[in-house]
Amino acid sequence: MRARFGGLLFLALAATLPLWLRDPYFVAILTSTGIFIIAAISLNLLLGFTGQLSLGHAAFFGIGAYTSALLSLGFDVDIGLPSPVVVDPKPVWIAFFGAVVVSGLFGWLIGKLAFRVRGAYFVIVTISFAEVMRMVALNWVDLTEGPMALNNIPPLSVLWPGHGLTALVTKSQQYWLVLAVGVVCYFLVARMVRSRLGRALIALRENEPLARSVGVRVTHYLVVATVVSAAIAGAAGALYAHCVRIVDPDVFLFIYTVTMVIMVVTGGKGTLAGPVVGGLIFGLMPQALRGTAPPEVQWIIYGIGIILIVFFLPRGIVPAFADLARLRMPALRKPASLVR
Amino acid sequence: MDQILQHALNGVVLGGTYALLGIGLTLIFGIMRVVNFTHGELYAFGAYLAYLFVALLHLDFFLSIALAALAGFALGALIELVLLRPLRSNDIDTVMLVMIGAWIALQNGEQFVWGGVAKLVPSPFAQEPLVIGPVSVAPLRLFVLGATLVLLVGFYWLIDRTRLGMAMRATFQDRDTAALMGIDVRGIYTLTFALGSALAAIAGALLGPIFLVNPTMGNLVGLKAFAIVILGGLGNITGATIGGFVLALVEEFGAGYLSSEYRDAFGFLVIIAVLALRPQGFFARKARVG
Repeated sequence: MRARFGGLLFLALAATLPLWLRDPYFVAILTSTGIFIIAAISLNLLLGFTGQLSLGHAAFFGIGAYTSALLSLGFDVDIGLPSPVVVDPKPVWIAFFGAVVVSGLFGWLIGKLAFRVRGAYFVIVTISFAEVMRMVALNWVDLTEGPMALNNIPPLSVLWPGHGLTALVTKSQQYWLVLAVGVVCYFLVARMVRSRLGRALIALRENEPLARSVGVRVTHYLVVATVVSAAIAGAAGALYAHCVRIVDPDVFLFIYTVTMVIMVVTGGKGTLAGPVVGGLIFGLMPQALRGTAPPEVQWIIYGIGIILIVFFLPRGIVPAFADLARLRMPALRKPASLVR
Repeated sequence: MDQILQHALNGVVLGGTYALLGIGLTLIFGIMRVVNFTHGELYAFGAYLAYLFVALLHLDFFLSIALAALAGFALGALIELVLLRPLRSNDIDTVMLVMIGAWIALQNGEQFVWGGVAKLVPSPFAQEPLVIGPVSVAPLRLFVLGATLVLLVGFYWLIDRTRLGMAMRATFQDRDTAALMGIDVRGIYTLTFALGSALAAIAGALLGPIFLVNPTMGNLVGLKAFAIVILGGLGNITGATIGGFVLALVEEFGAGYLSSEYRDAFGFLVIIAVLALRPQGFFARKARVG
């Protein structure tokens, strides 16, 4: 009850934020933080609920960004066929969902390949995949414009009360758009982990041989989780493309994946609120550190931060606070649920 | 034909250092079950030390490489003692996260200390390439090839012929039984990690003078080392040796005949091919060290 009340309060605060916080810069920061929180939520589905670490999540994010940008801009590309492939500009929302589908397909491919074997393979495959995607974005200039980047990406538009079909270009509108997509993704993941699929994932995270022995189709579920996770990361990437309105090969940089991993691990992997809490901390911290520390020092702090969290708060902030609350109020003590 | 020979020679020179990197990584995984993300950084560390000793302190070139290897050994031992030993009882994913943190901290530490501008390590060898029949090769590259071959032979001797190597092989096969036989397993772990790190550092010190030294050089090399290890089968030393040469040759011929922009992507294609065709690694009959 309490947690639900807290969640509603948080949501109400978040939804009305641009109305009482009239600082467009800060709203813009929160918008980009929100995009990363969505990506972190998708990573948490894999890392937190299946125990599989994807170090290539920036790849799914980047594929989403590029797909949505290219579909909405239109492109023509010569791939050795008699005539070049020409794609006319598509409506922006179709591009958005196209990005979700394409990212999901890549997730399926990577999952199918990597889960042929367990252990470190998934990590290594995903991390190399992201690196190759960056090379493709950099070198396939015909399609991606390479380092010149894709510019003038159209914004997403919705039916805005009183204004008809409106392009979302102001900081507040983009903020609400990201918040809305974020809430949808959050509840999608929440619904998933409480479903049959989620129980299967948790079972195999806890004890794979046992899960397999009672008939859980382990590999199948792992691949499904990877597809959903990649699709959500792709949605985050598409949001990024239409909010920032410029996409360059740097979206595939490893530091973005690391940012997502830090958010999930700090907040609490395997908890629904974890990526949100971790995301807010690490989305806002660079702003606090700006001016006081050069970027490489920030990254050193991040690196050491991961190590310290693993050593001293191995389950992350959210579970630690939940434990604290339970100790304080014995009435709330209840058996630990597997979906923490 | 001459082209083919030239590419093959270049590939073999590169392959020697790839093999050193792959062996270090596979040794650490095989014995300790640690996915070592700091491996590429140890490589960069070795290269920067070569720069420090040769270009800034004007030490002897060969002495500098030996010192870089020793420093790599020390840094590896330090990482093991501070980060890995306390986490011995944790699962592989937890340890992996810590190694990622260490990787980021180390890489940005290098960036912070040395700045983003690439450094050149001078070498005492003549720039003039030696022309041997149809192919030509820089003397420095010949030295690197010779050094890596000596190191590879020395490493096999260590694993196969010494009591220490026997203790390492025993720990690899069964940690608990090895401990019961009186092997200091914790010491073996530290030594394994330090040794693997020293191999990465020496690979960096050897390649540093050939390529430029920059803070992110470890990233790509780390990924390639993973590709080599997967190619050879996780924990398989012979596999990693062959895998190192195979990857270097694939890259060299791929860059020469297919596309030089995607040179660094071939490692990933190798990983895909291995996972699709033979997930246990191409050279794995049975996973064992030595």
